[in-house]
Amino acid sequence: MTSTESLLDRKQMAYIASQAADARLNVELETEGMTLNIGPQHPATHGTLRIIARLDGEQVIWAEPSCGYMHRGYEKLTEVRTYPQVTALVNRIDWLGSFANEVPFILAAEKLMEVEAPPRAQWIRTILFELSRIANVSLFLGDLGVQMGAITPVFMAFRDREYVLNLIEGATGGRFHPNFDRIGGLKDDLPEGFIDETRAVMKKLRNFCDEIENLLFGNEIFQSRTRGIGIIPRDVAMQYGLSGANLRASGVDWDLRRDQSLPMAWDKVDWNVWTHPDGDSFARCWVRLQEVRESTRIVDQLLEGIPSGPVMAKVPRIIKVPEGEAWVSTENPLGEMGYYVVSKGDLGPFRTKIRSASFNNISIVPWLLKGVYVPDIITILASLYFILGDIDR
Amino acid sequence: MTSPDSSTIAEIPGDTLRERIVDDLRSKIGTDLLDSLVKPGNDVWVRVATSAWKTTGQALRELGFDYFCFLSAIDWMPSPYGKGEDDPTAPPPERDDTIRQGYAGGSTRIQMLARLVHPTLHVGVNIKCDVPDEDATVDSWVSVFAGANWHERETHEMFGISFSGHPDLRNMYLPTEFEGHPLRKDFPLLARMVKPWPGIVDVEPLPGGGDDEEGDES
Repeated sequence: MTSTESLLDRKQMAYIASQAADARLNVELETEGMTLNIGPQHPATHGTLRIIARLDGEQVIWAEPSCGYMHRGYEKLTEVRTYPQVTALVNRIDWLGSFANEVPFILAAEKLMEVEAPPRAQWIRTILFELSRIANVSLFLGDLGVQMGAITPVFMAFRDREYVLNLIEGATGGRFHPNFDRIGGLKDDLPEGFIDETRAVMKKLRNFCDEIENLLFGNEIFQSRTRGIGIIPRDVAMQYGLSGANLRASGVDWDLRRDQSLPMAWDKVDWNVWTHPDGDSFARCWVRLQEVRESTRIVDQLLEGIPSGPVMAKVPRIIKVPEGEAWVSTENPLGEMGYYVVSKGDLGPFRTKIRSASFNNISIVPWLLKGVYVPDIITILASLYFILGDIDR
Repeated sequence: MTSPDSSTIAEIPGDTLRERIVDDLRSKIGTDLLDSLVKPGNDVWVRVATSAWKTTGQALRELGFDYFCFLSAIDWMPSPYGKGEDDPTAPPPERDDTIRQGYAGGSTRIQMLARLVHPTLHVGVNIKCDVPDEDATVDSWVSVFAGANWHERETHEMFGISFSGHPDLRNMYLPTEFEGHPLRKDFPLLARMVKPWPGIVDVEPLPGGGDDEEGDES
């Protein structure tokens, strides 16, 4: 099996490097291994991720992220909440794309109850889902520049993300934590003027993508700092359970929006899944850029034909979910976000396993950082793109 | 919707495909496959012998299920504290404390739960195995799926399950000195004990229907 082999190669390489570093300690006039702490509070760590790296000169011979600074125990908390209350918890997992966190949980509960949201609710759900993806990933695109010393893109990203957040706030009442999804549908219908406003914003966001592409992706410094850096081969990506753009940048043509049937509206419109064969930092950034563009296309098309009708199916006032187990995952801005919900016929879940994208995406870091140079740590972490709350839950 | 193989996926009825997965796995690991459940168009659950936990991962990987989704555990014991909403001054209420396992059965309180996905068929398998109460140890999957490393560390910390063959079972989230395993049902949620949560009565009215009688509690 090639995957195990290549993995072994890397392990051996790292082993040899660490042995060499240890040996040098005993030789006079040689360099000494050094431990470098990056974080927990460091401008380039997106929050409180701490990376402990052991260096040999400028090269990392061992690295390990230290998690837990943001662990809030949501899996335990869901066991003492009712189903409708859980959405308020889970939209704090990936706080930049909150609405997208609610959807798979609600879909899992609906799967157990065997109810389905009316078509109008499905379409609005999909629109809001894609809007939260745009809000999330556009910030990534801006932030990317900051990691490499370019300040301008982040201001553009914050400016244009605000338009999207205004839309989400207009529809749901919350910029960051909508808590808008309900079992059987949505809390409310769309506000007046939402459709025209969204069309205008989607145009702005497409301009933003073009600006970023011209400003950043064609830039020589950006290219030289991302091309060929942090390469993840396909089989390693699969073993670690990478998902989302990180997986597609390693050449795996897999998008849960297209490849599974969910009661959502993605299959009603025409869009593309972008992959990149390289698997390096540049590929991951590039795939995300295309994803924002595709999302604006999806939203534009969905706005054309939102079906009329109610936004809420008939569900009991007090929701009891029948006994059973269900797994639902969706393609969230960060990757595959899934909930394994175990119900005992109670008001709340008996156990919820939250499979968040960043946990798997970051678990590859010890493997990926072996042998890289210190400045590349930052670009590799930036291109993997994680949200702290999504790692620790 | 530009999937090269989406047309072929649609042609295979979900249930025959999923039943074939169970048959394929049975031909690989034989009697170690203790129980299975196929929900047509929904999902597959298999339960394997504890000793065959690792070989199941290997067998599924050879069958093409090489995408590691997650690994965790379930504690089937009903919580002795309920939902943490009891009056602390009143005597503890009577609770049904029988342990009932979920899909694909089982006989122990704690079960392993993992999920592997086929990247081209886009079908996943939920794998379970019993974890003996007295010696909570199963084989590690790290040599089969390198990504299982962190998931096993998390499961070790949260459920107290040991993984033989795991390189480094340090805590991920909690301090090293922390005692107890938080996701076990007998671990109390102290925040609830100290200050009861009033949320259970807070049920919001449905949009559009002000009628409380609509849809009885079933």
